[in-house]
Amino acid sequence: MISLTRTKSNGKYDFTRLLTGIGIVLILVVWLIPTIGLLVTSFRPVALINTTGWWTALNVNNGPESAQHPDPNASYVEKLGTRFTINNYVDALTGYRGTKSYLEDCKSGTKPLGLSCSIKDLLNPRGMGRAFLNSVAVTVPSTILPILIALFAAYALSWMKFRGRYAVFAILVGLQVVPIQMTLVPVLRMFAGMGLNGTFPAVWLFHTGFGLPYAIYLLRNTMSALPKDLFESAYLDGADHWTIFKTIILPLTTPAIASLAIYQFLWVWNDLLVSLVFLGGSKPVMTYQISNMVTSLGAGWHLLTAAAFLSMLLPMIVFFALQRYFVRGMMAGAVKG
Amino acid sequence: MAKPTVAPVMRQKPFVPWLYLLPAIIIMTVFILYPMINTVGLSFKNADGSASAEVTCREGQPCWGSFENYRYALSNELNTSSPKALWDSFWISSYGNMIKWLLGMVSGTVIIGLIFAVWVDGIKSEALAKSIIFMPMAISFVGAGVIWKFVYNYGTSQVQTGILNAIISAFGGEPVAFLSKVPLNTFMLIIVGIWMWTGFCMTLLSAAIKSIPEEVIEASRIDGATDFEVFSKIQVPIIMPTIIVVITTMVINVLKLFDIVYVMTGGNFGTNVLATRMYTEMYTNSQYGRGTAIAVILILFIVPFIVMNIRRFMKEEAMR
Repeated sequence: MISLTRTKSNGKYDFTRLLTGIGIVLILVVWLIPTIGLLVTSFRPVALINTTGWWTALNVNNGPESAQHPDPNASYVEKLGTRFTINNYVDALTGYRGTKSYLEDCKSGTKPLGLSCSIKDLLNPRGMGRAFLNSVAVTVPSTILPILIALFAAYALSWMKFRGRYAVFAILVGLQVVPIQMTLVPVLRMFAGMGLNGTFPAVWLFHTGFGLPYAIYLLRNTMSALPKDLFESAYLDGADHWTIFKTIILPLTTPAIASLAIYQFLWVWNDLLVSLVFLGGSKPVMTYQISNMVTSLGAGWHLLTAAAFLSMLLPMIVFFALQRYFVRGMMAGAVKG
Repeated sequence: MAKPTVAPVMRQKPFVPWLYLLPAIIIMTVFILYPMINTVGLSFKNADGSASAEVTCREGQPCWGSFENYRYALSNELNTSSPKALWDSFWISSYGNMIKWLLGMVSGTVIIGLIFAVWVDGIKSEALAKSIIFMPMAISFVGAGVIWKFVYNYGTSQVQTGILNAIISAFGGEPVAFLSKVPLNTFMLIIVGIWMWTGFCMTLLSAAIKSIPEEVIEASRIDGATDFEVFSKIQVPIIMPTIIVVITTMVINVLKLFDIVYVMTGGNFGTNVLATRMYTEMYTNSQYGRGTAIAVILILFIVPFIVMNIRRFMKEEAMR
């Protein structure tokens, strides 16, 4: 199978190739359709979401009376225009929970419950706008801190000779697979004693602790693979560890740091369990808001799909813009084997 | 012991390395090592950790003394009234579900990942095809949960807005409540897991396949091997070490799994796994003793993999 494209084509291979092609397309379609469904739905009006399938979105005449274009003789494009809306996104961002939509309510002059029809609504604690900011506030320090600390540790483990070096690293390798669940209760109790529950530093510290083993492991493997001549000549020129670390190591490990940063960023951004336990509803992040909408509030699909897509926006951008680094960061741990 | 990766000329005072390591060691001790030990201790205590677990035993009920939380964690979901009831209740308990998840998700991701990696190897749009499969890796389990909940959506008798039920209806079938129908629901959740993690397996396996020297494949072709023989007798055996690494990574991931189940069913309708059960004990019931006992059982499953990881690492170091 592997060499299909490398073999001269004859009847038999053309047939296998066709089957393989169908297989590939089939898998790709299965992989894409769920996400496309979400994206299309998030732009459709509530009335249509609940009465027609998203795959009929281009049919401009189905659905209930209320969803029809007022002028039955309007052109296809005009009709299509009323079949899509950004209301779901506005409602999700502002945390609107009324019966119409945020924009309609504000236009007609009735202020929606708990909202003021101004830019401040983006900070409504129930909305995804606020949750987005909370997610950023959680993620950025939780990405920078472990990498910073790991850089020093990785340097010591790769370029300093001392007793116990090997043991420390072996422990690190083991710690990488410890499940978060194993530490939740004691840390929660500890944070409660310190009054840290429901605050950002609680999550920063926890993510730093759990990010460290992998971060050190990855950086140490990168650093110890650097040619040692580099260090020897610098050392002979009188440079100390600190100078070498700053002027040689840091610039040379930048690609690995980038991979690690993306990996850790997405890991924290997408996390639910840690935010659920340590922040809960006091500083809701995006994943928390969505899981809440799914499980307890029973929010409609229009809000849910828009909210879910909002939470996926940043990871998607990071993924498509920096795919190479991301894949590398993901794989570095396992690929060594 | 220490390998010659360290330049012999680099010397420092004995405390300097520990200075570089100190912040990392402190944080990992406080947030991983100490809590792990503490968790084991709490698992032998009652709900709030104030007394031994023994006090929760009830008159006339089976009691395991200090191990009472473990008795609860292991047997609470089981119905022991008859062998058949035991068998049935086991397969919707968190342990039975764990077995389903392990078998379904690990084999699903590895097999689809492997086949896809071989299929797209060398085709024109290989990079694009791979990034489509890998993309779900970038989004959260929560996002994936919403995406698939919509796919599985169970509509009204008039209209199906979930694509799966719409397809079933179009062929004249009865719509299915995928997420509440036991035992179908756990398999529907496993599909979501496969959708998310196949890209990970595929990327690793694809890299391994590409590292097989071209001559090996060509030589076997000249000897008359068919496509399938090349795949099963040459490629798979050569990349076996990578396949094993992928399988162990996936096993660990599955054991820790929480979000998919939490978001899609909340562990209801017989879909609980260890992690969701632990969360329920901790938060909904405030039973710290029982919650930590479940956590300890979880890590007991993972310990073999920790040992394996360290062994593999030591072998690698020896080869440096």
